Amino acid sequence: MSFINYSSREINCKIVYYGPGLCGKTTNLKYIFGNTAPDAKGKMISLATETDRTLFFDFLPLSLGEIQGFKTRFHLYTVPGQVFYNASRKLILKGVDGVVYVADSQIDRMEANIESLDNLRENLADQGYDLDRIPYVVQYNKRDLPDIAPVDEMRALLNLNGVPDFEAEATTGRGVFATLKAIAKLVFMELKRSRTSSST
Amino acid sequence: MAAPETVIFEEEFARINLVCDRLRSDANAQVVFIVDKNGQLIAASGETEHLDTTSLASLTAGNVAATGGIAKLLKEKEFATQFHEGEVSNIHIQIVGQRVILVVIFDQRSSLGLVRLRVRKASDELNKVFDTLVAKAQQPGAMKVLEEITDEDIENLFNE
Ligand SMILES: Nc1nc2c(ncn2[C@@H]2O[C@H](COP(=O)(O)OP(=O)(O)O)[C@@H](O)[C@H]2O)c(=O)[nH]1
Ligand SMILES: [Mg+2]
Repeated sequence: MSFINYSSREINCKIVYYGPGLCGKTTNLKYIFGNTAPDAKGKMISLATETDRTLFFDFLPLSLGEIQGFKTRFHLYTVPGQVFYNASRKLILKGVDGVVYVADSQIDRMEANIESLDNLRENLADQGYDLDRIPYVVQYNKRDLPDIAPVDEMRALLNLNGVPDFEAEATTGRGVFATLKAIAKLVFMELKRSRTSSST
Repeated sequence: MAAPETVIFEEEFARINLVCDRLRSDANAQVVFIVDKNGQLIAASGETEHLDTTSLASLTAGNVAATGGIAKLLKEKEFATQFHEGEVSNIHIQIVGQRVILVVIFDQRSSLGLVRLRVRKASDELNKVFDTLVAKAQQPGAMKVLEEITDEDIENLFNE
């Protein structure tokens, strides 16, 4: 849930990068971290295993600029992708304002993609959220690799609702900021919408 | 949608800061801070210049969330208190009113007993403040800043 402080004039939001193990969630955050001005970011924290697999979460605080005289900050989180970390994934979704679903474009990862998307929907429902109603974008990552599925096919499998989606190559950064901008926009549109419609 | 946003208004922000300052001095602590359960830092008091409070806030909330997950598996409602003892610094983590987390960092100039005692008192005060905040946030106009967001605002966020 967003956090608004009228005294320090700031609005903070929480974005979660979700997706199967090794799809490139941590790489997205690393690229954002490496390509953001020092004064617009905090430390990136990775709670990882010794082999660099995300154990609990990665965390990256970002400043985006001002809205109505309020500083806006985004807290980016990734979840651990491996199936057995589901309890942790659930916890990280608590209070989420927007979700980026990162899919691995490699053909042999399609099943893992679908499984992870189903798991996202279930875990959100557990927290009282509906994936069809929250700010949500999809990223097809690893477009540089040889054995990848065509985007149309991935869209038909993973993006039935036609939310904004992006091809990406997180290692070089292609599509990374486009994805982030899209989710940030949706989050602010939803903040505005939820306020202007709740009074009726 | 699930839970309402955390909203802090000036008056309550001042009261929260006051509680933090008083707790720090009453408990002889180095640092006191308050975090919401989603990891947002609400207030901090003490020697925070050399501390990465944003990271501390996020990790504390992650820690509390994980401990809450363990509680659930054991069919406990929550483990409201955590204490970690280091060689120099100690950290006392208290869930207040099931909604915010009160963190006290202290060294040998204080003691666990004293911190506990003072945290209890501060928790009561914080509960009152957060009750007020919840009521205020539900009043019309409370989220004015959100209502007034324009499409241009959103576009401009990235055009720097
Ligand atoms: N070729 C290629 N490799 C990638 C891309 N994105 C991530 N990787 C690699 O995939 C592996 C797993 O990435 P990581 O970000 O740790 O995955 P996570 O489990 O989703 O956090 C790492 O070796 C990355 O370098 C990409 O777009 N192209
Ligand atoms: Mg990872």
